[in-house]
Amino acid sequence: MRAWFNHVWPVFMWQLKQDRWRIAIWLVSLVAVTVLTALLFEGLYPSEGDRQRLAHSVLNPAITMLLGPAYGVDQYDIGAIMAHQMFLFTAVATAIFSILTVTKHTREEESLGRMELIRSLPTGRLAPIMATVVHHVLTFVVLAVAIGSGLSLLQFESISAEGAFLYGVGLSAIGLFFAAVTALCAQLAESSRGTVGLAFFVLISAYAIRGLGDVSYDDLSWWSPLGWILETRVMVDNRWWPIGLVLLLAFVLTFIALWLNARRDIGAGLLPARQGPMQASRWLQTSFGFTVTMQRVSMIAWAVGLFIFGATYGSVLGETGTYVAEIELMKEMLNIEQLSGQALIEEFVSMLAVIITIFATVPVVLSMYRLTKEEKLDRLEPVIATATSKQKLMITHVAVAVIFSIIVVSAAGIGMGILGQMSVDGLQFSAVFETLIAYLPAIWVMLSLAALCVGLGKWQWMTWVYLGYAFVVVYLGGALEFPEWMNHISPFEWVPRLPVETFTLVEVISLISVAIVVTSIAVILYRRRDLTG
Amino acid sequence: MTVLQTSHLTKRFGNVDVLTGVDLDVGEGEIVGFIGPNGAGKSTTIRILLGILKASGGEAKIFGQDVWRDAVDIHKRIAYVPGDVNLWPNLTGGQVIDYLIRLRGQTVDQDRKQRLMDRFQLDPTKKSRTYSKGNRQKVALVAAFSADCDLYILDEPTSGLDPLMERMFQELVLEKRAEGKSVLLSSHILSEVEKLCDRIAIIRDGAVIESGTMSDLRHLTRTHLYVETDAPLVLPQSDGIYEWTETDWGYQFQVDRDVLSDVMQAIGQAGVTKIESAPPTLEDLFMRHYEVDRGDG
Repeated sequence: MRAWFNHVWPVFMWQLKQDRWRIAIWLVSLVAVTVLTALLFEGLYPSEGDRQRLAHSVLNPAITMLLGPAYGVDQYDIGAIMAHQMFLFTAVATAIFSILTVTKHTREEESLGRMELIRSLPTGRLAPIMATVVHHVLTFVVLAVAIGSGLSLLQFESISAEGAFLYGVGLSAIGLFFAAVTALCAQLAESSRGTVGLAFFVLISAYAIRGLGDVSYDDLSWWSPLGWILETRVMVDNRWWPIGLVLLLAFVLTFIALWLNARRDIGAGLLPARQGPMQASRWLQTSFGFTVTMQRVSMIAWAVGLFIFGATYGSVLGETGTYVAEIELMKEMLNIEQLSGQALIEEFVSMLAVIITIFATVPVVLSMYRLTKEEKLDRLEPVIATATSKQKLMITHVAVAVIFSIIVVSAAGIGMGILGQMSVDGLQFSAVFETLIAYLPAIWVMLSLAALCVGLGKWQWMTWVYLGYAFVVVYLGGALEFPEWMNHISPFEWVPRLPVETFTLVEVISLISVAIVVTSIAVILYRRRDLTG
Repeated sequence: MTVLQTSHLTKRFGNVDVLTGVDLDVGEGEIVGFIGPNGAGKSTTIRILLGILKASGGEAKIFGQDVWRDAVDIHKRIAYVPGDVNLWPNLTGGQVIDYLIRLRGQTVDQDRKQRLMDRFQLDPTKKSRTYSKGNRQKVALVAAFSADCDLYILDEPTSGLDPLMERMFQELVLEKRAEGKSVLLSSHILSEVEKLCDRIAIIRDGAVIESGTMSDLRHLTRTHLYVETDAPLVLPQSDGIYEWTETDWGYQFQVDRDVLSDVMQAIGQAGVTKIESAPPTLEDLFMRHYEVDRGDG
């Protein structure tokens, strides 16, 4: 045993020392967001009537797909609202935290050669990975207790202590599950990027599978651990056993990861790395071709991902009619005489289009940020040292990101359009496709902000905050009843909402102008500033 | 007494044989140089010695214990410095050094650590992300040399150091030998190896092809000669003569050991006015093996 697990404790303490701020920030944010939204909901929906109205507005397939099924709708109290609106969303955030920290302490440590330094000391062979396991178990125990106590302390009638703690434990279970998944991915992939990519693939699949299952195919959600924790029906029925299922699977995956880690050579991945060509092609020798080639794999991956994302949404559009027919109250709410089934569907298409395009902005911003990443890794110096100017480099990256945006949005539009046309009679492919494409100018505004951050060489979080804000406006803006001006800060709110609204050129031109002006400033700033390395 | 010993060590990655038979030994109080071209298997051998990689065959022992099975025990008494040191970006050099010493189960001798940092001119209060390659290397060197160890395994430890620091490193290694400690030094700086090492092992294509003291190795090779003579120099045979060049003044060439006496007779007959001879440097030895390597390939 000593040969395997010696010195787990000091390695664990060392990981904790590196992570102290990171963990503190994540834990505090997760707890704060949870407790504050509960308070916010209490303030926004004080009466039974308010809550019932909210209940009716969220009972549609798009929301079910996004948030999971709503339980306890007949008694839609603050507890049930929290469970429905926030549980899945927070669980995904917890999973992302796990994926990033586990990768950092496993494959990244190994690929940078730091693992070798540790292993040359009297540490057990599995000490680093075991320390990471201990690290995450403890972190998530703290998270469960903090969220449980936080929600309990609110003393809401609708949130029992049991519900509060089940909520916290559910999030932690998902955190541990994805820690285990990532630990396993770290054995398979040969780089930290590969590990993160594989783990995110699992997360996105888990999310999509339960989305489809929740909307149309009942049993399908049982194939996703995110579906399992939703089955706890937290705050409503408080079922604990699905948590056991998640933890059991997490345990098994951790065990497999440890076993593989013990068996393989350091530095090696079980998925082999391929060999590449001998020479650079003509295309690769150009600045533009080089940049595209560097991003090719992620372009394809995101395009496929968004195609599936769009297709999943498209496939459930047909369910909208069923939902409306089933729920008497909803008919009254939406005033079905005025709004035929067709118009209702179009309403959903336009809402989904915003969500999809906000997601599609992520790879576009990441693509722009590649330029700073290259700079940080000292890979720009040899490029700048040739006859390539800084502004040309910047403009090339912007151009590639613009192409990237067109590709991913088109992929989502094609997916949603084809499946939408198949699932709904009379819904035209072009109507859906145009709705998504209309959001491109808003994406370009985001892109120009990202370019500005690159030009400044700092404050890159700004773009993410702004994009996060745009998401919150769409996602919770309705439930949180934001004033109109707060919505208008988001560029996505400026786009004409096809197919419901008519296309107007003014907004589109203003958005594009803003994007061009900001990008020009970014290029000038970039040309003037020092490169860091 | 032998501190480190391997016999017929082999390692396969997938279906590639990286090591085909490494025989190596380091005695107590001895500095052994471990040289060979890139990709010959130096680092793989060292990783096996550290118990990080598992050998596919053969045997490797340090302090008489198996490097894989008893890795934890062995590591308490050895120090390792890699050639490419990467540190934890948000912690300082001082923190990293203490951590690495602590992990060995030893308490940090702050005096010794301070002396070493002074000698290497390392500022331990800086975050690791701001260190240059040379400074990261110094962190690893200080961490290794401030601990109490019996065997030092150094894999290109001076890459990135300036010549002054390199000399500091050489002094340290010689001090350790004076204390009776052993060192396995893998390096591409052949003059450094030649200067420090008692014995040298040359690895090629995953096998140790030559090992011994510098003078042992020289016996196997050629002597450099430069001669000026009255009469034109005619050598009895061309076997064993290499890189023959005639200048206006004399002749320059290399001679294999077994034909040296015949060559000397011929030189004497030609009426020698000036003769210079030099033993082959390690670089010559190395280049010779390396060239053979390329010839084969």
